[in-house]
Amino acid sequence: MPNLKDLKNRINSVTSTRKITQAMQMVAAAKLRRAEEAAEAARPYAERFNAVMAGLAASVGDDGPKLLSGTGADQTHLLVVMTAERGLCGGFNSSIVKLAKARAAKLAEAGKTVKILTVGKKGREQLRRDWDDNLIGHVDFSEVKRIGYANAQEVASDLLARFDGEEFDVATIYYSEFESVISQVPQELQIIPAKFEASEDDTAATVFDYEPSEEEILQELLPRGVATQVFTALLENAASEQGARMSAMDNATRNAGDMIDKLTIEYNRSRQAAITNELIEIISGAEAL
Amino acid sequence: MADTMQFDLVSPERKLASGQASAVRIPGADGDLTAMPDHAPVVTTLRPGILSVDMDSGTEEFAVTGGFAQITAEGATVLADEALPLAEATAEFLAERIATAEAARDGAEGALLDEAAKRTADLEALRDAL
Repeated sequence: MPNLKDLKNRINSVTSTRKITQAMQMVAAAKLRRAEEAAEAARPYAERFNAVMAGLAASVGDDGPKLLSGTGADQTHLLVVMTAERGLCGGFNSSIVKLAKARAAKLAEAGKTVKILTVGKKGREQLRRDWDDNLIGHVDFSEVKRIGYANAQEVASDLLARFDGEEFDVATIYYSEFESVISQVPQELQIIPAKFEASEDDTAATVFDYEPSEEEILQELLPRGVATQVFTALLENAASEQGARMSAMDNATRNAGDMIDKLTIEYNRSRQAAITNELIEIISGAEAL
Repeated sequence: MADTMQFDLVSPERKLASGQASAVRIPGADGDLTAMPDHAPVVTTLRPGILSVDMDSGTEEFAVTGGFAQITAEGATVLADEALPLAEATAEFLAERIATAEAARDGAEGALLDEAAKRTADLEALRDAL
């Protein structure tokens, strides 16, 4: 049985751990609220953008620009894996990486070339173990406090430059969609060649005049579409990360509490045992006289 | 004929304005245009300039640096790259954009050069209009 001093020390250390996890949970909750607001604010733009693009894509058909119709090949795949810069957020980073790894393995098996671009330090660390040779680039956001559209443009222009340089045929992004604090769903989304889901309202059916020409507009909008999708993914990711961290820290706080209770009981028992022991010794000593 | 239409101005980061408008003056890439209710459906790209909207509460003006607009009979939606109320647009804000545009212009050739030069000129015009 550990002695009383050891127990006391352990109780103290778990108590301070609990204080830290509790603080982290509260910080995550505050950040989550801001991240959710940002994601909410960006939604109208993305929705309308997609509606317009769906209309455009439908009217141009198959002979559109490469960003829309693809290079015609399907050989080289680029996986853009977006994760967090920090850990301690439950299974958030691992589940995104897991999805990407599964896809990469499948592609490699089918004889395709796999290239991986990572956004966020944690994903890179995990992918380095198995896919080190396939990593072609990394975007670091550790200095960025709040993800802005400019950050998304940075990623998008990197992607577009690589696409123009014919480094890949198909690009897919991996990120986590924020459903609720307890549920974040890893997603894969193909962004090049772009796919736009036709909206259900009738605006898509309206015949628009295009000024300048349809081709020119598409030429200008498609790169923006990539940036918009990346931006949406980054914001979803930011909210998911904070949500995941919040619930992970909530669990940690609760576990620490349970542990403190258990240790306290053990501490009290050993103390009582020691007292009883001493009493017995005194009484038997007195009786022997 | 309806005398107002739905108007929305959104940028990637936020929604700037939404409501009923009677007329929207849009700085289109091929020239300014005014959208009023029952306008023919048009999609146009924007050049840097001033977007002004006649709302019920009065005329509101915004500085936009680019983007595009979708106009239908029922409404106009402006999706700006960057937009902010004219009162908040400062010369410093534009100076930064102009510097970027100039850098792009100096590195460009051919048709791209024309485009970059136009963007720089538009941004400068916007700055002078403030």
